[in-house]
Amino acid sequence: MISKILEVYARPDFPTLLREHIVLSATALLIAIVIALPVAVLIRNTRLGAAIAINIGNIGRAVPSLAILALALPLFGIGFWTALVALAALAIPPILINASTGLREVDRGIIDAARGMGLSGSQILTGIQLPIAAPVIFAGIRTSAVQTVASATLATFIGAGGLGDLIVEGFQRRGPEILLAGAFSVALLAIITEIGFGLLERAFTPKGLKIAQKRRGK
Amino acid sequence: MSNPALLYLQDLTGGSELIDWEWLRENFWEDIVPAVQGHIFLSFISIAIALAISLPMGVLSARYRKVYPPVTFITGVLYSVPSLAMFAILVAAGISIGPTPVIIALVAYSLLILIRNTVAGLDAVPPETIDAARGMGLTDRQILFRVELPLALPIIVAGIRIAIVTIIGIATIGAYINGGGLGKLIFDGINRQFPTMIIAGAVLATALAIVADLLLLALERYLRPWARARKA
Repeated sequence: MISKILEVYARPDFPTLLREHIVLSATALLIAIVIALPVAVLIRNTRLGAAIAINIGNIGRAVPSLAILALALPLFGIGFWTALVALAALAIPPILINASTGLREVDRGIIDAARGMGLSGSQILTGIQLPIAAPVIFAGIRTSAVQTVASATLATFIGAGGLGDLIVEGFQRRGPEILLAGAFSVALLAIITEIGFGLLERAFTPKGLKIAQKRRGK
Repeated sequence: MSNPALLYLQDLTGGSELIDWEWLRENFWEDIVPAVQGHIFLSFISIAIALAISLPMGVLSARYRKVYPPVTFITGVLYSVPSLAMFAILVAAGISIGPTPVIIALVAYSLLILIRNTVAGLDAVPPETIDAARGMGLTDRQILFRVELPLALPIIVAGIRIAIVTIIGIATIGAYINGGGLGKLIFDGINRQFPTMIIAGAVLATALAIVADLLLLALERYLRPWARARKA
């Protein structure tokens, strides 16, 4: 069975499917970050803005990923761009929720102290709020990234390729080796994403915060 | 291989109505109601089985700390396997398509969230409260069932909320391997190039997730009388 699975990986179309999957996921995540982070920064000091962001995020979380992909179909037709729009829309809520709450949960006392020291609003943002919120923001990006890689598997249903193509082919041709080849590659990609972003998250946690976390016994 | 999505695009340029209300009325009892029922059935069975596994595992992990890291590792790996891949593995392993592999996958996805919240809930019980219970002569078992679990319940329910929303979403994909439910409307809609079915399935699945979330939120608040009292 293992050699049969390896044969599937040796097929000429496998690198293409893998590349499609990665390009689709990475681009969607990037678009989501570019949209969600500035919005979170803009609304960081308004209570209403945060409430709206969190509610939009929560409703977004309730929409099944298959539903978003399928709904994009009648609107934008088949293919890469439709999947990209749908996946980016799916990737926004976790980043928006985490960035918004992360920025708001920065201790008022610290911000007051910074203001007392004469720091401007943008200095407070880049020097204090963003570094302190960085681990929470990154946790959101990680959640989104793993979810995007997983949802990109469904892109096959709207004709946008990716590794989901292999799984669908496996079901249609009743080939367990194709099923497993597709499943393992997607699962591995998701797990690598999870671990990779976990390392990034650690790298982006400011030194001072790590010491504080250790002290609290985290 | 004829790609249904390709045909769809051709149909799109033909300019058909996005929502066919007539179809919705005619097929309400035949297609839509069974899909909703099937979806509720799948989600409910899955969360029930997941809870039956997670609660004891959570209590065990909270008691014997050494068990917890491997439990979170294994359930974490399960959680990160994309659903279509999970279905593929289960079917390749010889489980015939239908609701069974879907339920197994949905249970597998819920474990991490439910166990983690059970442990977090038990951890949040103040040690003084447990000391007081012990001082009153309660046995370990009584402390667990009468003090710790009731106090941990709101956090456990918060976990159930996240799990059920996840389950309801992923269950739609289960229709691809004949699991039934609202995903069937979505897939049929894609195959028949009929947006009405896609929209009906998508909207109802989302509504179901939101309703489940709100109901459990109400339960969570109800189980936290101390928080209500503080707010008032």
